[in-house]
Amino acid sequence: MTPLKLYPPKPDKVYFYGTCLIDMFYPEAGLDGIRLLEREGIEVIFPFEQTCCGQPAYTSGYHDEARAVAEAQLALFPEPWPVIVPSGSCGGMMRTHYPQLFAGTERQDRARELAGRVFELTEFLVHVCHVRLADKGEPQRVAMHTSCSARREMGLADTAPALLGQLAQVTLVEQARAAECCGFGGTFAVRHPEVSAAMVEDKSQAIEAAGAEHFVTSDCGCLMNIGGRFEHQNKSLRGEHIASYLWRRTS
Amino acid sequence: MSVETYTPQAFHRQAHDALGNPQIRANFRQAMDGLMGKRRDAFGDWDVETLRELGANIRLRALAKLPDLLEQLEAKCQANGIKVHWAEDGEQACEIIRGLCEARGAKRVIKGKSMVSEEMHLNAHLEAAGIEALESDLGEYLVQLNEQTPSHIIMPAIHLNTDEISDLMHAKTGTERTRDVDYLTAAARQQLRERFMAADVGISGVNFAVAETGTLCLVENEGNGRMTTTVPPVHIAVTGIEKVVEHLRDVAPLYALLTRSATGQHVTTYFNMISGPRKPEEHDGPEEVHLVLVDNGRSAIYQDDELLDTLRCIRCGACMNHCPVYTRVGGHTYGTTYPGPIGSILMPHLQGLEATKDLPSASSLCGACGEVCPVKIPIPDLLVRLRKEAVGEGRGNVAGAGAKRNRSEVLAWKGFQWLATHPGAWRASTGIAGKLRALTPAKLGPWTDYRTAPKPAATSLHALVKRHRRDAKQEGKS
Repeated sequence: MTPLKLYPPKPDKVYFYGTCLIDMFYPEAGLDGIRLLEREGIEVIFPFEQTCCGQPAYTSGYHDEARAVAEAQLALFPEPWPVIVPSGSCGGMMRTHYPQLFAGTERQDRARELAGRVFELTEFLVHVCHVRLADKGEPQRVAMHTSCSARREMGLADTAPALLGQLAQVTLVEQARAAECCGFGGTFAVRHPEVSAAMVEDKSQAIEAAGAEHFVTSDCGCLMNIGGRFEHQNKSLRGEHIASYLWRRTS
Repeated sequence: MSVETYTPQAFHRQAHDALGNPQIRANFRQAMDGLMGKRRDAFGDWDVETLRELGANIRLRALAKLPDLLEQLEAKCQANGIKVHWAEDGEQACEIIRGLCEARGAKRVIKGKSMVSEEMHLNAHLEAAGIEALESDLGEYLVQLNEQTPSHIIMPAIHLNTDEISDLMHAKTGTERTRDVDYLTAAARQQLRERFMAADVGISGVNFAVAETGTLCLVENEGNGRMTTTVPPVHIAVTGIEKVVEHLRDVAPLYALLTRSATGQHVTTYFNMISGPRKPEEHDGPEEVHLVLVDNGRSAIYQDDELLDTLRCIRCGACMNHCPVYTRVGGHTYGTTYPGPIGSILMPHLQGLEATKDLPSASSLCGACGEVCPVKIPIPDLLVRLRKEAVGEGRGNVAGAGAKRNRSEVLAWKGFQWLATHPGAWRASTGIAGKLRALTPAKLGPWTDYRTAPKPAATSLHALVKRHRRDAKQEGKS
């Protein structure tokens, strides 16, 4: 369920938090996210000292380590501008778990204040920018995989499909059991590789069976997992971060 | 497989076996898809969120007053003629029940479905004392015939399909081999009916124990619960201490949530409200009714203000029905009385983290369990809390805390911490990873058995942004 959230008017400036997976493996997706925001007339500040939100340590139970990493990120956003995160997973970490992680510490208020202005990219484009997209691409059948953290932790099952729905040449197909996890789950894929493999196998088959020619997602963990599965089987079906897909088709 | 074969310590091996068993995979997938659909349809256009909120609040209120409510329950039950017994652990509860059976010279016990009796291994205990304990819930009956434990808390034999059940009943009871479910059900009914009539004692669980009236509520579909609690001369109800609710009016919303969440039913076929033994003017009902209240680790959970939420559970099984891990590996893989997400947050308290340390990590934290829980237990948060306990960074309130801590992993996370708090070093390392991308190994453990290895990008986002800014500046100048 999407919690009722009041969105601010479109600001002049935002911070962009690129996430570690994008930084290392999918940097173009980060840059495309920045371009989408800049095209809306927003100045995008990219704090250069950003690293990782700390979620891998957090979900593994190493909360002292996660807190130290999170504390370094807390310091990066001193001005009251929105913080845009092109990932439901890292966005959920900052919005939901930072306040938990710092509860009862002197950083508690700061963590809560930051949590209140963290937005996932597609959420921000839809609810704050009210973006209008003009599709310049070829007709294509596309499946959207919404990450579990975007869907359930941040309540954002609808924003990415809303953006894709604006692309006139794109047909959005829905895979069976669309709401089911792809099996990535961060360190879950490492700790329980066989269960994770069974899950990604079902997910990739469902996307293919839906008749998709391409898939998009707003989380690079899922992209690495599902895309890696298709690639491993030498399938022509490929995936892409939604920021890249939107930028590519509208620029 | 026999009962002893499954243990939480062997989760990985059991998961491997289950994943490689097409019958198990198909049985669970089909059953869970069906149950998810039924739940969705049963709530229909109801405001599920408001109802879940109400359910959560009822359970929270009951837990907040738990010690007082238990005393009130005891007093009311006793006033109603129900004898109340307290058991600190499963062993003690078994002793109490065996003692009650022996006092009546009982040799044959018939049982309604009770997960707490599974938790304390009551059947084995009674059988060791020469008392036969027969399960009368159809699923439990089949599982018992198959010398197994339940694979689901609501549907104990969900891992078996019709053919397997037909073969099992043929081998153990001599029925014909058939896919005619009505025939098989009628045969089981006939077999059980004779045993109800011959039973000396009936043992049941409890869904809700109402403190203000001393009423024991029992939710069921087969009528076996009613037979168990009314036909034999003695009825023993056994329950965990957390099942108490304050008011009679609390039952209706919880019941509405329970049946819809569990099996997608608006009501169950039977809903029993047991308020005491047979009165002089009544024609049926037991001569004696006992209530055994079992702690078995629950009051320890109660001491921790986060873990306490585990005790809200009303045992509907929706978390397992919606769990992508449970759906693939089935209930036996967990090797515990309670499988799936609720089991992974409950069993560490009952068996300690040493034995159960792989369970809290057996979740992708997708959140589906927390989303459907009728009493809003924050299951994913509790899984993370138990991971924290397992690696020794929690409050140490769970037995076996720190069982999963190992030096190399601690070092790895310390290394991660150092790198992620030293941005210069972070950028240097992503830069180096990018330059060395050609050397990225094509094999990365089990990941690459099913997927290609991710390759670091030649240029990091940090570097791309720098270039992007420079380009923008130059464009501005020209």
